[in-house]
Amino acid sequence: MNQLLRELAEQGRNEAAIDAFLEQHELPFVDGSKVTFVFHGFVDEVYLQHWIFGLPSSQQFERMPGTNLFHLTIDIPERSRVEYKLEIRKNGQRRLIADPHNPHFARDPYGANSVVQGAGYEFPDWALEDSEARRGETQDHKIESRVFGGSRDLRVYLPARYRPTRRYPLLVMHDGQDYERFASLVTILDNLTHRLEIPQMVVVMTQSPNRLHEYADDPRHADFIADEVVSWADERFSLVDSPAARGLGGASFGAVASLSTALRKPGVFENLFLQSGSFAFTDIGDHDRGPLFDPVVQFVNRYRDDPKRPAQRIFVSCGTYESLIYYNRSMVPILRDTGAELRYVEARDGHNWENWRDRMREGLSWLFPGPLWLVYE
Amino acid sequence: MTTLHIPDHVHLLGPQRLHPTLRPALDRAQIGDRIATITGGWEEREGEDEELRSHVARDVVDLRIWGRLEGVFAADSELRAAMQERYDRIRVLRRLYQRQLAHALASARELLTTHDGWCEDLYELATEASIDAVRIIDRKHREHVADIHTAFRERLDPSRHPELERQRDEIRATLETCSALCIAGGHVAILLNRMRALGVLDHWGARPIFAWSAGAMVLCDDIVLFHDRPPQGAGDAELLEPGFGLVKDIVVLPHAKRRLRLDDPMRVALFARRFAPARAIALDDGACLEARQNVLTHVDGSSRLEEDGSVVLLQTSGSAA
Repeated sequence: MNQLLRELAEQGRNEAAIDAFLEQHELPFVDGSKVTFVFHGFVDEVYLQHWIFGLPSSQQFERMPGTNLFHLTIDIPERSRVEYKLEIRKNGQRRLIADPHNPHFARDPYGANSVVQGAGYEFPDWALEDSEARRGETQDHKIESRVFGGSRDLRVYLPARYRPTRRYPLLVMHDGQDYERFASLVTILDNLTHRLEIPQMVVVMTQSPNRLHEYADDPRHADFIADEVVSWADERFSLVDSPAARGLGGASFGAVASLSTALRKPGVFENLFLQSGSFAFTDIGDHDRGPLFDPVVQFVNRYRDDPKRPAQRIFVSCGTYESLIYYNRSMVPILRDTGAELRYVEARDGHNWENWRDRMREGLSWLFPGPLWLVYE
Repeated sequence: MTTLHIPDHVHLLGPQRLHPTLRPALDRAQIGDRIATITGGWEEREGEDEELRSHVARDVVDLRIWGRLEGVFAADSELRAAMQERYDRIRVLRRLYQRQLAHALASARELLTTHDGWCEDLYELATEASIDAVRIIDRKHREHVADIHTAFRERLDPSRHPELERQRDEIRATLETCSALCIAGGHVAILLNRMRALGVLDHWGARPIFAWSAGAMVLCDDIVLFHDRPPQGAGDAELLEPGFGLVKDIVVLPHAKRRLRLDDPMRVALFARRFAPARAIALDDGACLEARQNVLTHVDGSSRLEEDGSVVLLQTSGSAA
């Protein structure tokens, strides 16, 4: 038991004392690699639900005898970031809730999770709004897609002080609007540009209405991105006309879509930004990830049999608490052996947007180095 | 190579965007109405100087060095190719220099951070030798860059580049009507190269110059590029190449608080010792240095990196700097 809880148990166990105790402390308790989660309420059982691959995904809290205080201590390595929920069971009913004692949340398209930051984790200051950073401009557009039929939404980021007289690199980000909402993409672009760590660049954010199908090596998607989106952007914005100045990126299935597009359309993008790619494959037998992964597994298996260089420079990141870590680690030497220059980064984090946020500085500044050594304004 | 006149006074200022100090400096020096500005370090934004004009409240003429040279390149492909070749060679040289520096600086840092109880005198000999190794690499790089520039100048026949000569003449004529020259920051290599190509300082003479950030860097003996917290790499400060040398024995460090780990005595000491006897002086927001015939006569809001690893706020007196 956590030392503070032990003291609480020794002092007395009335509910008012427990409430006062909880108000006084920041929860969960983080003590080196030990993290103690606490829940106080009239329930039957409490479970920790998390997405750390390698640990049981549901772990039961222990009740402090004679109280409604539940607690659980687990080991979380230093510099970890873990997203979780609490599963509350009462009268045979189950409910997933955010940790009511933890003020830290991470939002995603499905809602929000509580977050525990292990000892030594540092929130990236470059992901916070910087009052000195000049703001870029975001624009909402629609593109008529011949490939898919109908119009698609595109959101475009133009850097502060964008001038048509200059030519800019282009980055196309899959699920870019999610990157903006859940991973602070626009704030990070503003900040890294201000700090001169990336060049001023134009970013086109795509958002597929059917990503799990279109991103899974669908040839139409490659046509859409490489032919329609790039041409559309070229016509409207002042871009460097060179594959070396074009990047394509995404997370999860978005990383699969990026790799697939780069392979299907060689010479369009020479920079890939692949985060937590869903690069599932099989060496023998079937995979167990469900039918949505069938085309992904076929694509990755084919690629592993006959690897080709998809781009000159590839940034790959993955969380060590993701079930995809094995696949990503396996892809790294294959991609590197094609002659691509590759940077691979792991972090003690899961398959989530803040993991992808936290790796953005390293990835973007490596793929698109800014002029920080030469510009002193 | 033209020998430049040392101006009567040179004012080196901190970044102007958030804390403009140019106007008080101009007022203090009793500068008259018409001043020339260089905003070529801003590249394609050159001349977008509404804030600057409003701040100085004087008649301003921008020399348009970036735009002029773009025009020269468009008209003179031979010159453009020759310059491109020169910069390509310098870029290769820079990459080789960076590789040499990485090892030498890593060695010096290791020694400076691991005293391990060695005899003080022997330890000092070893650390000095490791910093000397860095100085030798710097010196060789400086010489190699100078050789490339010399070879370029010797090959250049001005009579074959009339557009360049015309632009140089125009700048010379414009400058004759101005009482002071103000050089803004921006891309330091572009600023240096274009000012040099257009001979901006060749006939400026003893009139005062006011410069900030990259503009201040190009006026010193050596231009040192620096960043202790880059997103990639070890943050090895490097010598770009010699500047115009109008202010001697100073390395200026714009945005030092943001770019340098001034709270890390090892890095501060290494920087100060490496470039000694030149003084490493931080030029942050609000900073102002005034040099008259190479003597600092007015110092405000600046600090100096010391060889013992400390950072000392400079007083308003020449002797302190």
